[in-house]
Amino acid sequence: MISNWNNYPNVTAEKTNLISPSEIEKRYSNQNFIMRGAGKSYGDASLGDRICSSLEYNKFLFFDKNNGIISAQSGVLLSEILNVVIPKGWFLPVTPGTKYITIGGAVASDVHGKNHHLEGSISRHIASFDLMITTGEVIRCSKTENSDLFHATCGGMGLTGVILNVSLKLKKIESDRITQRQIKAPDLDSLVGYLNEFSSYTYSVAWIDCLKGGKGFGRGIVMLGEHSVQNDLENKPSLNSAPENQLNIPFNFPNFALNNLTVRLFNEFYYQKTYRKDNTFISGYNSFFYPLDGLGNWNRIYGGKGFLQYQFVLPMEGGKEGLVKILGRINRRGLGSFLAVLKIFGEQPEGILSFPMRGYTLALDFPIVRGLFDFLDELDKIVQDFGGRIYLAKDARMKTEMFLNTYPEIENFRSILLKYGVSTKFESLMSKRLSILNSVID
Amino acid sequence: MKVIKGKRVLILGANSDIAEALASDLAKMGNSLILAGRNQEKLSALASDLIIRYEVPVSVELFDALDIASHKDFYKKIGESPDIVICSFGYLGDQELGENDWGEANKIISTNFLGAVSILNIVASDQVKAKDRTIVGISSVAGDRGRGSNYLYGSAKAGFTAYLSGLRNKLYSKGTHVVTVKPGFVKTKMIEGIDTPNALTATPEKVSKAIIKAVTRNQNVVYVLRRWSLVMFIIKHIPEILFKKLSL
Repeated sequence: MISNWNNYPNVTAEKTNLISPSEIEKRYSNQNFIMRGAGKSYGDASLGDRICSSLEYNKFLFFDKNNGIISAQSGVLLSEILNVVIPKGWFLPVTPGTKYITIGGAVASDVHGKNHHLEGSISRHIASFDLMITTGEVIRCSKTENSDLFHATCGGMGLTGVILNVSLKLKKIESDRITQRQIKAPDLDSLVGYLNEFSSYTYSVAWIDCLKGGKGFGRGIVMLGEHSVQNDLENKPSLNSAPENQLNIPFNFPNFALNNLTVRLFNEFYYQKTYRKDNTFISGYNSFFYPLDGLGNWNRIYGGKGFLQYQFVLPMEGGKEGLVKILGRINRRGLGSFLAVLKIFGEQPEGILSFPMRGYTLALDFPIVRGLFDFLDELDKIVQDFGGRIYLAKDARMKTEMFLNTYPEIENFRSILLKYGVSTKFESLMSKRLSILNSVID
Repeated sequence: MKVIKGKRVLILGANSDIAEALASDLAKMGNSLILAGRNQEKLSALASDLIIRYEVPVSVELFDALDIASHKDFYKKIGESPDIVICSFGYLGDQELGENDWGEANKIISTNFLGAVSILNIVASDQVKAKDRTIVGISSVAGDRGRGSNYLYGSAKAGFTAYLSGLRNKLYSKGTHVVTVKPGFVKTKMIEGIDTPNALTATPEKVSKAIIKAVTRNQNVVYVLRRWSLVMFIIKHIPEILFKKLSL
């Protein structure tokens, strides 16, 4: 049985490893399959009847230490890239909340990070990649070369072909430290206000206490950050990629462990832990970008039945009203989300099926309990009404209609697949569930 | 115990899963490597990876075990004599095909025995770094006793095992140590869940660790999983009168 990070759905599949592209092409010459990276997505995007893992296809190919360009095969993890590039004064241009994902998966999901409002998603920083399509042909894609296939593949959830290697433009840093600023916001208005006010910070994100009602509704902590520069630091800046100490969750928690009360207590503790309203301090990059990576197998906290992550985006216009509506529903329902993260996205010209759009994005975790799926369908309606959409890399349950109505570029995506003769070769449980490849006929 | 650091290591047949795991471990320990094999593209990817991750010198040299005439030139081309030579190439082949097709049988014997003997003869005759040098030969449990299901491969590996044992004896006084490794079943990377008994199947990473341990401790003959020494002890001691009736 195999599942991704949220343990749902859990399916049986034939598993192979990408060792040599030509062998995989031969093996699946008459069958559909889907590529899978580190399995850190929350859903069925990289699940199917036949799954080919990229994790063994993990060689670094090229590193220009002077200009900050790195090329690697698709199975290399972001954590491995950090280990190699930080000591030379470089950093990932964009990183999601875990570094244990593959670079191939990062492109396929067109991941974003805390700097999206200024620096976009990862596709903005991809110099090029090589893609193996249905025929076994390998196509070089960049913003200038086969750019339609480039933009279909970034955020294309693996449906356009096998990403073989990726060339990435890195970001220059002076130290491995992050100068952080945390500001407590007593309600949603001030929280959103701070996020807008401090949007000149490279990194910004907010944690929301989504169970707090009444006067403190939507209270939270805004977290801002910059890569520390020489002037911020007392000592000579270090460039060290040393990993944090790992704590490990050794077993699945019982299903009752995470309930309304425990989440309420956690949130109260988390909100009150910093008593100062505005706090500036310096930390390592791991605790700023990857707080949960320090807690191995944290998905076990949600018990064996698994959980769903719900991440949506609402356009700027009317977005705040939508947020109030959705948070209100969650609050009334009393569904505890351990993790509730709000961020403002910037423009997103790249990626035909890429998730971001200028507006507000909120990510929530819900343990799978009775009624959850119906409840999320109701939230979907609000998201759709406000012109928003759901992040495919975190979806395991959206209805086809919702997808088709909220990803308006789908026909463009399909026509590019047709143009390159990709057809339905690369098929996942997600692509079937959402009919993404419908009308892409052999 | 020997320390493997700052050494020059030649890996013959560097395209295999075992060799790749070994190359990573050795590079991580700060050794310089010469990767030799037939697949230039795969070797170059491995070399660039090790250089980028571990910042050690790694070079690639084309080597074909079957092209015996080229072996002398190959060894000359790699330059400075290596401190450690690992002979990790092999060809399992198709037993049934080989029983009727000399081409296949010849390939099995030539790769596993003749090719290995040819290149290791050349290495052994290089006296420059004889002192403190180590030669590692990856043989097989299949060479411990010929069995109906794979005796072409088995007999070639039996020959290789005997060669390594003789080489160890011969080079002992010169200060070169020879290690014979018998990995048993090794997990292949491409397809998961292939049906070998789990308890007897090692990962390439585990084989690599066992080889490194054998080199640092001057071990002579190594079964990667200790169970294999017991299994092969039993198989070796079944009387031939019984053994010939078994389907193994």
